[in-house]
Amino acid sequence: MSHPNKKRLRRSMMFLNCQKPGLIKDPYIYKPDSIMLDLEDAVAENQKDAARYSLYHALQEIDYRGVERVVRINGLDTPHWKEDIRVCVAGGADTIRIAKTESAKDVHIVEEHVLAAEREFGRPEGSTLLMAALESCKGVLHALEVCESSDRLIGIALSGGDYTKDLQTVITGTGVELQGARQQMIIAARAAGVQCWDTVFTNLDAMDVFEEEVKMIKMMGFDGKSLVNPRQIDVVHRIFTPSQKEIIFAEKVVREIDEKKAMGIGVFTVDGKMIDIAFYDGAKRTIDLAKASGVYEGDL
Amino acid sequence: MEIKKAAMAGTLESSDAQVTVEPGDNGIDLSIESSVIHQFGRQIKATVLETLSRLEVTDAKVTVVDKGALDCTLKARVECAVYRSNDITENLPWGGVIR
Amino acid sequence: MINAVGREIPEEILKITGKEPYQGAKAKDNYEFTRGAAKIHAMVDPARSKVVESIRGALEKCGIKDGMTISFHHHFREGDYVVNMVMEEIHKMGIKDLSICATSLGKAHDPIVPMIEDGTVTSIRSSGVRGKIGEAISSGKLKNLAIMCSHGGRVRAVESGEVHIDIAFIGAPSADEYGNLKANGGKSNCGVLSYAMADAQYADKVVAITDTLVPFPNVPASISMTNVDYVVVVDEIGNPAKIATGAAKPTTDMRKLRMADYCTQFVINTPYFKNGFSYQTGVGGASIASTISLAQEMEKRGIRMGFGVGGLTTPMCDLLERGLVDVLVDTQDFDLGAVESIQKHPDRHIEISASEYANPFNKGAYVNKLDFVILAALEVDINFNCNVVVGSDGVITGAQGGHPDTAAGAKCTIVIAPLLQGRIPAVCTNVTTVTTPGETVDVIITDYGIAINPKRQDLVECMKNTKLPIRTIEELRDMAYAIVGEPDPVQFGDRVVGIIEGRDGTIMDVVREIKPYEFKD
Repeated sequence: MSHPNKKRLRRSMMFLNCQKPGLIKDPYIYKPDSIMLDLEDAVAENQKDAARYSLYHALQEIDYRGVERVVRINGLDTPHWKEDIRVCVAGGADTIRIAKTESAKDVHIVEEHVLAAEREFGRPEGSTLLMAALESCKGVLHALEVCESSDRLIGIALSGGDYTKDLQTVITGTGVELQGARQQMIIAARAAGVQCWDTVFTNLDAMDVFEEEVKMIKMMGFDGKSLVNPRQIDVVHRIFTPSQKEIIFAEKVVREIDEKKAMGIGVFTVDGKMIDIAFYDGAKRTIDLAKASGVYEGDL
Repeated sequence: MEIKKAAMAGTLESSDAQVTVEPGDNGIDLSIESSVIHQFGRQIKATVLETLSRLEVTDAKVTVVDKGALDCTLKARVECAVYRSNDITENLPWGGVIR
Repeated sequence: MINAVGREIPEEILKITGKEPYQGAKAKDNYEFTRGAAKIHAMVDPARSKVVESIRGALEKCGIKDGMTISFHHHFREGDYVVNMVMEEIHKMGIKDLSICATSLGKAHDPIVPMIEDGTVTSIRSSGVRGKIGEAISSGKLKNLAIMCSHGGRVRAVESGEVHIDIAFIGAPSADEYGNLKANGGKSNCGVLSYAMADAQYADKVVAITDTLVPFPNVPASISMTNVDYVVVVDEIGNPAKIATGAAKPTTDMRKLRMADYCTQFVINTPYFKNGFSYQTGVGGASIASTISLAQEMEKRGIRMGFGVGGLTTPMCDLLERGLVDVLVDTQDFDLGAVESIQKHPDRHIEISASEYANPFNKGAYVNKLDFVILAALEVDINFNCNVVVGSDGVITGAQGGHPDTAAGAKCTIVIAPLLQGRIPAVCTNVTTVTTPGETVDVIITDYGIAINPKRQDLVECMKNTKLPIRTIEELRDMAYAIVGEPDPVQFGDRVVGIIEGRDGTIMDVVREIKPYEFKD
């Protein structure tokens, strides 16, 4: 039985620097689906220890009001990640984001340490979820094996900055340099039945370009996006909010399938469209999204 | 824990606190400066003393310059300064004396 | 004695000031009195000149002496040079025991502090006291009680004769040699001279100070020659960059934007939001953002504002440009956009006097006609009392301005405040000092939710079908305390250093001397 939160809604995952008490004190006010408390790049090398104490007490003492608490730990090529895992598990983080993941083996190494920490700190085994950030060409090419590496793994996230460096190009603003990775990753994630998130968009003066990018990744199938500023959250949520037409259709699909299943009918039509059981999960997802977006008033 | 050398943690940014610990030999010599001293001086003092006591720090000069930090931040800064004074950064007692 | 907002007003203070404790927002309705009057020296001889070559000369001609009351306006904001120039001369003359009756005092006036210390200035009445003067008063350096009043309350005091101004000093961006004064047409334009109008009418002697002398007649004049005794020309009356600042960039702070959005949603769900509604807002980031988002809703719904009241900023003037408001009535301009607007639209952007704006003791002021006012506050308590003057360190640090006046007048008074300022909760059990009574405050909007004053069940009802996060004020306080802990009250000394005057002249609260914090074990 996999973790009940494995497939929860994750449209918006907002990065926050663990070293800044003012930032981690009440980010739930912006209503992201997840916050990503960062121990990695945002934290200066000589403050890695300090960030962990802040993280521990934040996880233990701040009521994040249902917002998922993801922690980005330092890469496996640093001296920090083992203690990062201990503090995450001890503090009760919901999910650990593994930086610079390149293979299933990376996930397995983290998983092994997470399990040890769950035992050490008396947390239920398997309670800590994992997500993997793919930040290199090798990582992107190994997307499928990463997605299939662990039952704890909720999904994969593209980290576009490092990836484009590896690709020997830059973030151009056109998205052309990220096309292959985005396509490869979403296909792998869906094949493995896990979630997939797009990379950050850092130019806060170009909210219109950001909006276009969010529309595009939604069309591609992504579950959400990593974010760097609270202003970006409402935009993502708005774009991921289903239209009333979509909601009404999804409602009919769910009701009809439930009803027809009982009657032993497999294929039928809703509003002139051929519908079968394969539509069920998608329709459910639309209803869940509508609920999360605060626009659902039905009773499903 | 013994304070082996002077160590500092935290910043002077809003919502943070800067905590300095120095070796001492005559109990806890605590000085607190805070932008919210009137409203929270009592609570800041209690939190810092409780944290030091959990860490079994009995002799030290401790200086807190607070900029409106929440209790969770104050604890984090005191713990960080104390462990830094002992050069300890790994295998920390999360959920033990750090809580 | 305990007043109507539950504050203990020491008998001794009532005795010294001759004032009554605050008895309720409408307690003085229909109050009968005879207006004060100025002592006039007639200008019969056409050959006599009003131009005096220096401030010193004007002071001598006015017969300045110990114990007088002198007045200033604050239209030059933090760019003002007039107060310091005049005070420096007075100081050099060795005059003592002066009362300053200012419409507001800011950081620009920090140089006054030594004059408070040496007894040159022994009384201050002002709407606001920011910067080092506030610290000096809170440290007990002013000999007499400081009186912090609202804009409406000050003009009430002047017109009713409670305060008699001996000499008014009026900084004027342009003037002619006979004392016709305008807020524009010079080097340091400030848009309007609203706050100086009552002083010009009620002071015995009126000295205009300008850096731009223009040919006679300087018309239409904000202040007429009929009220001006002397004109002094100086090099600079202020720093134009600090008088009319560039328009503030609209905020990108998500917290403020969220509160602004709540505010707009609240406004449009009240019955007052209809064609011809009236509106006033402040200069804070959230207030400005709410004006911007309200404008979008007005356009979308085809609703026009009848009149807007200011304290004006560019976003309010934009409503005029876009034809979304019929008329703006203006008492102060906070940025260059507002200063330009009043010159560009003299027919629809109108200068009004402080008395017309907010005086509770005339025959009707604009604030009484407001539908909405959007305000800010340092603290709000569970009785909706607001504090806009005393900081969390107990030091006088802000200004009532028009806060109590507009709150008392408007049909829907909305206060926007982020729930937490660092560790200080904006919603608390008891405010440090009451400056605006809770009975005049209808709604508190925070980033954590909105509280409606329980006496406004009509507004509670209006919001029932909205998605706004309506909470009780106690819930907001509890949320804040759950995060930061319950704050202790500020430890003040015993001595009362100032009073918060209600707009009707009663005592709303007292401000005590600060003292160093003591740990009590």
